Amino acid sequence: MAGNSTVTTGQTVSPRPKSGKVSVRNVTKIYDPEGANVVALEGFSMDMDAGDFVAIVGPSGCGKSTLMNILAGFDTLSSGEIYLDGEVLAAPGTKPTPGADRVVVFQQGALFPWMTVLENVTYGLLRQRKMGKAQAKAKGMEFLERSGNLGRIANSYPAQLSSGMQRRVEIIRALINDPKILLLDEPFRAMDTVNKNRMHQHLLKIFQDNRKTIIFITHDLEEALFLADRVIVMTTRPGTLKLDIAVDLPRPRDQSIMASAAYIALKQQAVSAVREEAKRAFERGEREMA
Amino acid sequence: MTDSVTHSGKPAPKQFSFLSNKFVLNVVGFMGFLFLWYASVQWLPIAAFRRLPDPVEVIIEWTSPDPYYGVSIFTANYYTHIFYSTYRVLASFFLAIILGVPLGIFMGWKVSVHNYAYALLGLLRPIPPLAWVPIAILLFPGVELAVIFVTFLVAFFATTMNTYVGVKAIPEDYFRAAACFGATEADILRDVVIPGAMPSIFTGLQIAMGAAWFSLAAGEMIAAQYGLGFVIWEAYNLIQYTTIVIGMATLGLAGFLSSAIVRWIGNRLMAWHEQKLGMEA
Repeated sequence: MAGNSTVTTGQTVSPRPKSGKVSVRNVTKIYDPEGANVVALEGFSMDMDAGDFVAIVGPSGCGKSTLMNILAGFDTLSSGEIYLDGEVLAAPGTKPTPGADRVVVFQQGALFPWMTVLENVTYGLLRQRKMGKAQAKAKGMEFLERSGNLGRIANSYPAQLSSGMQRRVEIIRALINDPKILLLDEPFRAMDTVNKNRMHQHLLKIFQDNRKTIIFITHDLEEALFLADRVIVMTTRPGTLKLDIAVDLPRPRDQSIMASAAYIALKQQAVSAVREEAKRAFERGEREMA
Repeated sequence: MTDSVTHSGKPAPKQFSFLSNKFVLNVVGFMGFLFLWYASVQWLPIAAFRRLPDPVEVIIEWTSPDPYYGVSIFTANYYTHIFYSTYRVLASFFLAIILGVPLGIFMGWKVSVHNYAYALLGLLRPIPPLAWVPIAILLFPGVELAVIFVTFLVAFFATTMNTYVGVKAIPEDYFRAAACFGATEADILRDVVIPGAMPSIFTGLQIAMGAAWFSLAAGEMIAAQYGLGFVIWEAYNLIQYTTIVIGMATLGLAGFLSSAIVRWIGNRLMAWHEQKLGMEA
């Protein structure tokens, strides 16, 4: 397994997966319809092909997290539908059900602190009764080894690892279940620039080697443009689609593309849209405070 | 993990490190207390203090093979009293675990259980253990059960409330992550709720152990024929003031030791938690 990590340059992205096509149609989410009546999402639609890497950008409170919670099966929607590979995933009246086909990597990190790295990584395999303990352990070790020789930390507890390492383990814990969609909710938010860049490279390598539908939620536009095939900019509350930018920068990508003319052009296009929404959110915030 | 700071064999970079040594300071504090006690009994011109035994008298009586008032570490009845008190505390403590931990867990985890129980517990909890003694004597046949009930109550509230708080403090994302990976309700109880609340449960058990000893003494003073609380009250009635202090000191030691044992078991069970603390320290 060792040495795999050095031969990525020049490789193209692995072929698109067969499943993981997402269709979000006219989704509205209203919290507390009889009371405060907060419209978090309003008529939001987007379509993703299997193997698309989509980043969703918007100011705080734009409904990014609401959308993610509905996709993950943590929350209901008020109207509209979401389809996964042609089947209804969420519609009004359906019970939200999380599942291993849509695994979330959480903003604050949600490795179980009382389980070792290996116990965390094999958790999904064992709970879904996909395989026996010994087999799950072997597979867990294989995934850890493949991801930069992490086998050496298999018996560590999460608190003994750096935050970057915790994130890598959490992503492995998700990927080992072979989900159709990987939902990343601002996973690198609390990191410094150096670690963030390292994690970006790491995530791009994972995407390259084992392509999946990825929905990446962030408020960092540069991060979104650097990682994704498409960047969706959302408006401030009620959240709806403001701008859908196709990022046709070549893969594999590294930091140098951030200096390319194509990247800068895309960024300029996006920056004004994001800034406009951020300003609106800020002004409304002030009014709400007053 | 083991204590990484060793006090012996370490080169002493600071000249006054002796005075910052934790053990030394503990001993200094303890000796200071004994001195103040001795001084106030021997030298204060206050009659009330003159009636009390000084620490030297107590230690002599406590370690005497032939104690003046009949209770010392060489007499069998001393251990009979310790046995009765320990037995009552342990019975109450385990009853508190058996009833309090599940109740706390389900109160923290399930809103309906919370709604049934929380307000009721909030009303019952402030009632001091002594106030329960008459009801306990009326309710239970015999003194033994009454004393255990009174001791149990305080331990039960401490266990329940800390377990409840522990479950409440588990981040929502852990539940969501478990659900993502296909965990059933039973899995979530075993894999998230119980381990997540464990540090707080053990805090509760330590408090419960301490609380059990002090409400035990109250119960035994009023309603028992054996036990350390009984020793204290009996000695008061018989004007055997030295024995009062022996009973008190024994209660203190028993409470301290039993809390230390609970803490030790907790640390053994939660390797992940201690390591976390070790890293933050």
